Amino acid sequence: MNQQQALHHRIDKALNNPQLRRNFRTAMDGIRERRADQFPDDSKLQALREQARAIRNNALGRQAELLERLEAKLISNGIQVHWAETPEQANALIHKILHTANAHSVVKGKSMVSEETELNDYLEERGIEVIESDLGEYILQMAKEPPSHIVAPAIHKNRFEVADLFREFHPDQPYTDDIDELTGTARRVLREKFANADAGISGVNFAVAETGTLCLVENEGNGRLSTTAPRIHIAITGIEKVVEKLADVPPLLDILTKSATGQPITTYFNMISRPRQPGEKDGPEQVHLVLLDNGRSRIRYDDELLDTLRCIRCGACMNHCPVYVHVGGHAYGTTYPGPIGVVLEPQRLGIDQVGSLTSACSLCGACGEVCPVKIPLPKLINRLRAEAVDAKREADSVPGQGSLRTPGEAMAWKVWSGIYGTPRLYRTFTWLATRLRRLAPSRLKPWTQYRSAPKPAAHSLAELARQEGFDHE
Amino acid sequence: MSPPTTIYFFGTCLIDLIYPKAGLAGMQLIRNAGVRVIYPEKQSCCGQPAFNSGYRDEALRVARAQLACFPEDYPVIVPSGSCAGMIKHHWPELFAGQPDEQRAQAVARRTFELTEFLVDVLDLQLTDLGEPIQVAIHTSCSARREMQVADRIDSLIAHLSNVEVLEHAHKTECCGFGGTFAVKQAEVSGAMVEAKSNALHETGAQRVISQDCGCLMNIGGALEKQKRNLPTQHIAEFLLERTRAAKA
Repeated sequence: MNQQQALHHRIDKALNNPQLRRNFRTAMDGIRERRADQFPDDSKLQALREQARAIRNNALGRQAELLERLEAKLISNGIQVHWAETPEQANALIHKILHTANAHSVVKGKSMVSEETELNDYLEERGIEVIESDLGEYILQMAKEPPSHIVAPAIHKNRFEVADLFREFHPDQPYTDDIDELTGTARRVLREKFANADAGISGVNFAVAETGTLCLVENEGNGRLSTTAPRIHIAITGIEKVVEKLADVPPLLDILTKSATGQPITTYFNMISRPRQPGEKDGPEQVHLVLLDNGRSRIRYDDELLDTLRCIRCGACMNHCPVYVHVGGHAYGTTYPGPIGVVLEPQRLGIDQVGSLTSACSLCGACGEVCPVKIPLPKLINRLRAEAVDAKREADSVPGQGSLRTPGEAMAWKVWSGIYGTPRLYRTFTWLATRLRRLAPSRLKPWTQYRSAPKPAAHSLAELARQEGFDHE
Repeated sequence: MSPPTTIYFFGTCLIDLIYPKAGLAGMQLIRNAGVRVIYPEKQSCCGQPAFNSGYRDEALRVARAQLACFPEDYPVIVPSGSCAGMIKHHWPELFAGQPDEQRAQAVARRTFELTEFLVDVLDLQLTDLGEPIQVAIHTSCSARREMQVADRIDSLIAHLSNVEVLEHAHKTECCGFGGTFAVKQAEVSGAMVEAKSNALHETGAQRVISQDCGCLMNIGGALEKQKRNLPTQHIAEFLLERTRAAKA
């Protein structure tokens, strides 16, 4: 199965699952409303978006310098810094840290970058117990599924589906589909894990170069416990998460939580700046930061595509995407779904691998309208479509450039541009089409699977305009 | 901007071939307001279908063929949010670095979507001569987001005393057309148009009005396939029909 067929297969599977579709529709409607409630004043929202865009742009423009400052500051704070170019390197680094410290069990806060590297599988294959502590991730670990949303990973499941999983994995607990009781069960199980785990692994929302502070945004307190209870804390993040200074954080945090979940602020906001100091009673003895590239530097070669890296992973683009709301995150088949996934993943993994994703978009613009850092997502999707079919564009840009060009489609557009780009030919074409309208096919798959076929009019507008006495030049 | 004496009408390829009456109605509305309307006969298409499919050379070839249609400094009026958006916002990008970049930018600057022109420039005043009717409005994504003119269709219809507008669920959501998206991702597009046509039907409206024939072809085609008795109509035709005295 090629990537296009695989995408269609996943989409069909999602569309034929009415429960899944109801779950997404309900969840996305709710989250859209909550976000909108946080931004009653559009001019204030636009000002905040502009501020957030500028902060992220500044950070990206000076990324090399800021990463150096971040590293120096982290080291002086006592945090160990590791650089990884590939997912394999990141996983191996983390495994080595754990191995060296004789750590056999890990409790994890939520981290999409660790999904990128498939860290859980890597560590489990090497005999390390990994427990996801974010409730959504915990559910997915039982279900053995990847996240379907970057902020709400188990959003595709309703509470009955979750209750079934708990029944299967916690047979000693009485069955319940009450959300509070299910959460209670998870809390009891996880408390034990937090207390006994050798290491905690988390993501990072913002890494502040000025102060060497790792900021972590969360709602459940599991992030705080993962990063403070075990004796080792390992944070993993993408290199683009660096920001210049502490003063950059409040506006970004403000627009992040409002855009992501419609909350004025999350329940927890962690600022991690150093390991446990002599005389302190708690906190990890070691803190590590793994900075992963994984194709991000390559994106930076291109001025237009560079905007992709402004992303602060709020998920607003997928929440507002009409394609995502109908098919959900798994249909995309990549770590990052939705519009940001359509833009990021072909650049990261190659058009020859996942370029077909760019077709999963009607270019409606809803994502670009809500993006808190003003990434022009529709424009970038369109650009990547051009990259996908045009082999002669500049080199060293997007991997797999031109790999989706097919002779049939290329010929069709050539013929089309020949007719529509030559007025005389175009007039002949419309004259023929209107005269032969009765011969127009009434079945035009796939269009007519869902709709009746359009038919040419008896006379073109050019003809009607003449008849009605309009000037024609 | 004060009303011009003359405008160019860019009918769009879809209207030219499939929905010419929508284009003609737009031209008549403008002519009735005392403005001379030119329909350049050499026009065909803004290039959007190829542009949105990644075939930018082919899009440029077709877009370039339109430049000769607009030699004078008159406004260019387009009865479609998405085609107007293509010219206004994407031609500058498409023509960047080309010898005719300046000309393309000049055309982009004086391009208006039809309802935008009727409201903002002509300040069109309308008197409703029709029977009471309930309608639902579908605003195209391009008119709403790219052109930022979603409310113009509302303000035009607000002139019509016998027309009641019914709101549908998920009003701002895309109908699923998206040009070649409807073919390349036929199943998702089908799911989207099903949701949209259901929402419109559930309002109980007697007619669906939009400023984009792409959306109307999609939504209207779905409603017809579902055998719903809910006709669709372009805003220009609707306005002309409502303001024209019934012929005795």
